[in-house]
Amino acid sequence: MNPEDRRPPITPQLALRVAILGGIALTLFAVVFFRLWFLQVLSGDQYLVEARENRTRDVRIQAPRGEIVDRSGEVLVTNRQAVVVQLEPQALPEEEITAAAEWGQAMTKRSKRPEGRKGPTVAIPPIPTPELRQRFRRLGRVLGMRPTTIQRRTIEQLAVVPYSAVRVRSDVPKAVMNYLKERKETFRGVDVDRVYLRNYPKDRLAAQLLGYVGEVSPAELEQRRNKDVKQGTIVGKAGLEYTYDRYLRGRDGAKVLRVDANGRFSSDRPVRRREPIPGRQLQLSLDTGLQKAGQDAHLAIAGSLPGAFVAMNPKNGEVYAMGSLPTFDPSVFAKPISQSRFEQLTSEENGAPLYNRAVGGLYPSGSTFKPITSLAALDAGVYSPESTIADGGCIDVGNQEKCNAGKVANGSVDLRRALEVSSDVYYYIAGMELFNIGGERLQKWSRALGLGRRSGLDLPDERAGLIPGRPWRERVNKLERKCKPRNGGRPCYVLEVRPYNLGDNANLAVGQGEVQISPLQMAIAYSTIATGGKVPRPHLGLEVQDATGATVQKIQPGAARRVKIDPAHRQAILDGLARAAQGPEGTSTPVFEGWPHDRLPVYGKTGTAQRNGQADQSWYVAYVDHPTKPIVIAATVEQGGWGADRAAPITCRMLRAWFRVDAPCQGGGSNTF
Amino acid sequence: MATSPILDPGAERLGRSAPRMPAPGLLRIDPILLLATIGLGACSLLAIDATTKASLVSKQGVFFAVGLVVLLLVSQVDYSRLRELKYGVYGLMIALIVAVIGLGGVTRGSRRAIDIGPVELQTSELGKVLLCLALAAFLVDRSRRLGERDTTSRAMLMALFPAALVMIQPDLGSAMVYVVIALAALFCAGTSWRHFAGLFALGAAAIAIALVGAPKLGVEVLHDYQVERLTSFLHPSDVEGDAGYQQNQSVIAIGSGERTGRGEEATQTSLKFLPEDHTDFVFAVVGERWGFVGAALVLSLYALLIWRALRILTMAKNLYGAVIAGGIVAMILFQVFVNVGMNVGIMPVTGIPLPLMSYGGSSVLTTLLAVGLLQSIHVQARASRKGLLN
Repeated sequence: MNPEDRRPPITPQLALRVAILGGIALTLFAVVFFRLWFLQVLSGDQYLVEARENRTRDVRIQAPRGEIVDRSGEVLVTNRQAVVVQLEPQALPEEEITAAAEWGQAMTKRSKRPEGRKGPTVAIPPIPTPELRQRFRRLGRVLGMRPTTIQRRTIEQLAVVPYSAVRVRSDVPKAVMNYLKERKETFRGVDVDRVYLRNYPKDRLAAQLLGYVGEVSPAELEQRRNKDVKQGTIVGKAGLEYTYDRYLRGRDGAKVLRVDANGRFSSDRPVRRREPIPGRQLQLSLDTGLQKAGQDAHLAIAGSLPGAFVAMNPKNGEVYAMGSLPTFDPSVFAKPISQSRFEQLTSEENGAPLYNRAVGGLYPSGSTFKPITSLAALDAGVYSPESTIADGGCIDVGNQEKCNAGKVANGSVDLRRALEVSSDVYYYIAGMELFNIGGERLQKWSRALGLGRRSGLDLPDERAGLIPGRPWRERVNKLERKCKPRNGGRPCYVLEVRPYNLGDNANLAVGQGEVQISPLQMAIAYSTIATGGKVPRPHLGLEVQDATGATVQKIQPGAARRVKIDPAHRQAILDGLARAAQGPEGTSTPVFEGWPHDRLPVYGKTGTAQRNGQADQSWYVAYVDHPTKPIVIAATVEQGGWGADRAAPITCRMLRAWFRVDAPCQGGGSNTF
Repeated sequence: MATSPILDPGAERLGRSAPRMPAPGLLRIDPILLLATIGLGACSLLAIDATTKASLVSKQGVFFAVGLVVLLLVSQVDYSRLRELKYGVYGLMIALIVAVIGLGGVTRGSRRAIDIGPVELQTSELGKVLLCLALAAFLVDRSRRLGERDTTSRAMLMALFPAALVMIQPDLGSAMVYVVIALAALFCAGTSWRHFAGLFALGAAAIAIALVGAPKLGVEVLHDYQVERLTSFLHPSDVEGDAGYQQNQSVIAIGSGERTGRGEEATQTSLKFLPEDHTDFVFAVVGERWGFVGAALVLSLYALLIWRALRILTMAKNLYGAVIAGGIVAMILFQVFVNVGMNVGIMPVTGIPLPLMSYGGSSVLTTLLAVGLLQSIHVQARASRKGLLN
C-alpha cells in the first residue's frame, strides 16, 4: 500500500478544516432557518393575504353609457339591457386566432387599394379544427345559427380586437340564456352575459350626428384621449359619441372572482364588488321637432336624392337641426356589424348613408355665395350699395362669354336688385374687378366668414372645403407637375396646369368652379352677415348633466371670431336678401307665398350649382330674425335642380315648423339661379 | 493505526455492540445517514404528490427504489479501488458532458440531457460525483506536493474544464457546483490558505470581468436571462421577468404556509401560481402545505445528512476517502442552500435542484450514488478499524 494512503485517520489540520466546514454548514442552515421563521411565523399572515389575492381577478361590470337628449330633454340615445352570447378567446384554438389575424391583415391591404381596384373580398377562413367545428355546430343549434355564421363573426371580431370576447349573438331570449348557463361543461368557452346596448327611440333621426360605439381597439388604446380607458371598454367611435365620449362613458365596475393561475374562474360568486359609475347625460342644442321637420321635408320634396341641411342660431352657434340624407338606422351599430353591412353604409351607390353631408359634404354653392362676393366688392370699392350696372344678360369674361340663366337681361341692376333677381352679370363683373385689384380680397372675405375652413364644430367628421385662389392654384400646379409623370401621364389633381385667372375669380364670385363649401359653412357665413360680424362657433353639445337632468357642466364652445362689416354694406345685403325672398321679382318669393313676412321677414338666397356630369345642385340659405329664436338654415339637394325647386321649399317647411306658422311652401318658382 | 475515541466515540460504541463475527458489510453502513436519506425520499414523494404533477410520484418512487439499490451496492464496494480508475472516471465525465452537447435534446432553450431508452440522463448531474472521485484521486496522488501552486491550479482546471462545458449547455448551476466541489476537495486535502486567498482573488476578478467588463466589450459571457436571474432576487417584486415572478410566487407560497401549513387549501400550488413546483420549487410546496413545521423537518433531515457526512469524513480510512467525502458534503450542502435560498428569496434563481427532493431521475440517482459512496467510506472505515479488511 502506498505510504500516502496510510495516514492517521484524523490530523489536527483536517480536524480544523472539518470544523470549519461544519461551521459553514451550521451558518447556512441557520440563515435558512431564520429566513423561514421570518417568512412563515413572523409575516406569514401577510403572505397568506397575498396568496388569497393571487386567486382573484376583476371581471368587468359594464357601466351604462350616458343618454343623449335634445334641447328639451327628449331622449335621442338611451340604453337597453340585452343578453349576449360570447366566446372567450382563451378557449379558442391558436389556429383560429392566427387565422383571424391573417384575415384582418388581408382585409386591411385590400382597403388600402384604390376604389374600383380593390379586388374580391377576402374569404372568411374555414373553421380550423374539427373540435371547434363541433363546438360551433352545437352552439349554433341552440342559437339558431349556422356554424359558418359563428365562424364569420368570430373571425371578423378577432381581427379588429384580438383577445377580446367574441359576441356571437345579441338579444338572446332568457330561456336560451338559462339553457346555456346550466350546461357550462357542454359549452366550453361560451359566456352568457347581460350588456347594455345603445338604443335609438327616434329611429333614423340625426343618425350621422349621434355616431356609434364599440369596444376600444388596440390602436385607440394608445391614443392620449383614451389614457384612462382599459381594454374591453365600450367607447364612442364616431359622431357625438366620439366627441363627448369622456362624459358619456362612465366608469366600469368590477366584481372580484376566484381564478387559477391560467385565469379560469373557479367559482361564480364574487368575493367583492365595485359598482360601476354610469356615464353622464349629454344635452344637445338639437330640436327634435325641427330635425324631424327637416328630414320629412327632404323626403317629401327631394325623395331619395342625397342632401343635407343645417339650422342654427346665428347669434350663439347652437345647432338646432342638422341632417344628412340618405340616413340609416343607427341601431345596426348596437350589435357587431358585418363587413358587407358596413360597406353598404359607406358605398357610393347607396348614397353613403353613414356620411354626414351637412359638415363633410363639399359642393360649389352657386348663387348662395353672392352675399359674400357682395361684401368683398363693397369693401374693395368695386361697387357702392347704390351703384348700378347695365345687365344685358351676357358679358365677356376674358375671351369667353358668360350669361345669366336663360340669358335673361335684367337691365339696370344695383346690389339689392342683383340679389333679388340673382344677376350673374353683376357678380361676374365684381369677380373680374376683384381679380384686377388683386390681393385675394374675395378669398380673404370668404375665409373671414368661415368658408374653406373648419369651424370647430363638436363633430369629428367636419371638413375644411376649398376657396380657390392664386396661392392654392400654384400649390396644386406644383403637385400636379410632380405627380403626373409618376401617374403614367394621367392627371392627379387638376386637368390642366395653368395660372389662376380672371375666369376662375368670376366663377368663384357666383359660387361656381372649384369652390367647395359645406352646408354648415354656408350657415355660418350667413349668420355672420346677419349678426353684423360675429362669426358663431357652431356646436351641438349644450351641457353635461347627471341622470336627473341637472347641469353638471356647461359646454363652452369657445369665443366667436369677429369680422368688421360696414353696417351700411350689411344693410344693403340684407335688403337684397329680403327682396330675394319677398320682392316681386325675388327668386324664392313664390316659395314663400302665404308666409307672414310682416312679422317674420325671411332673408333668403337661392343657389343652383353646376356640377360636372351631374344635374344642378339645389341650394337655399335663409335667415329669419326673431327676438328669442332667430335662425339661419342652409339646405342643399344633390341633383335637385333649381334652388327654388327643392332646397327653398325644404327650408320653408323647416321655418314653418320652427315658428309654427301656416304656409304652403310650394316648390318651383322663377327659373333663375 | 490508532483510532481516536475522542473524535469518534460513536464508532466505538457501535463497534462494541456489533457481533464478534465478521459483520456483513450491510450492517456496517451508517443507519442514521440511511434514515435521513430515506426520510428525504419520503418527503419528496409526499411533496410531489401535493403538486400539480402528482402523476409523477410513481416515477420518482421508481427512481428512489433504483437509487437505493445502487446505494447499497456501492456501499459494499471498496471505494479505494476507484482511485486506480481516475483517468477513466475523468474521461467518462467529460465524454458524458460532451455527449449531451452533441446529442442532447433541447428543452426550453437548453440542452441538458441525452435520451437513453425511456430515461433522460442529465449527465452534468452524474458528472458531479465523477468529479469528486477524479479530483480526490488526483489530490491524493499529489498529497506530498499540495503546497505547490501547480497542484492547486491543475485541480482547479480539472473542475473548470467540465464547468465550462456545462456552461455551454447552458447549465450555470451545475458549473457552480463543480467549482464548489473542487474548492472543497482542495480544502479537505489540505491545500494551504495562501492558495485559497489567491483563488478567491482570481475568482473575484473573473466575476467582475464576466459581469461588468466583458459586456462592455461586447462579449456575452452570461446570457441576459442568467444575469436577470442572478440579480432578480435582490428585488423580486419589481422585476417583470419570469425569474422575479417565480420567486415572488415562491415566497408568497412559503409565507402563506405560516406555522403549520395550509394543507388542502394550498392555492399557490393547486392553482398553478407556483411554477416548476415539482422540481426547482418543490421546497415551496412543502412550505405552503406543511408550513414551518414541514419545512423545518426537511431542513433538519438535510442537517442530519450533512452531519453524518462530515462525521464519515473524519472517520475515513484514508485521505482519498476523506477528500471524496469532503467533495460530496460540499456538493449536497451547496445545492441545498442555493435551492432553498432561492425558494425563500435570499438566493438567485439558478435552476439547481434540491437533492433528493426535486423530481428528476438524474439528480436523485446522482445523490443516492454519492450517499452510497459515503456509506462505502463508512463501511471501509469501520472494517479497517476492526482490522478485518486489512
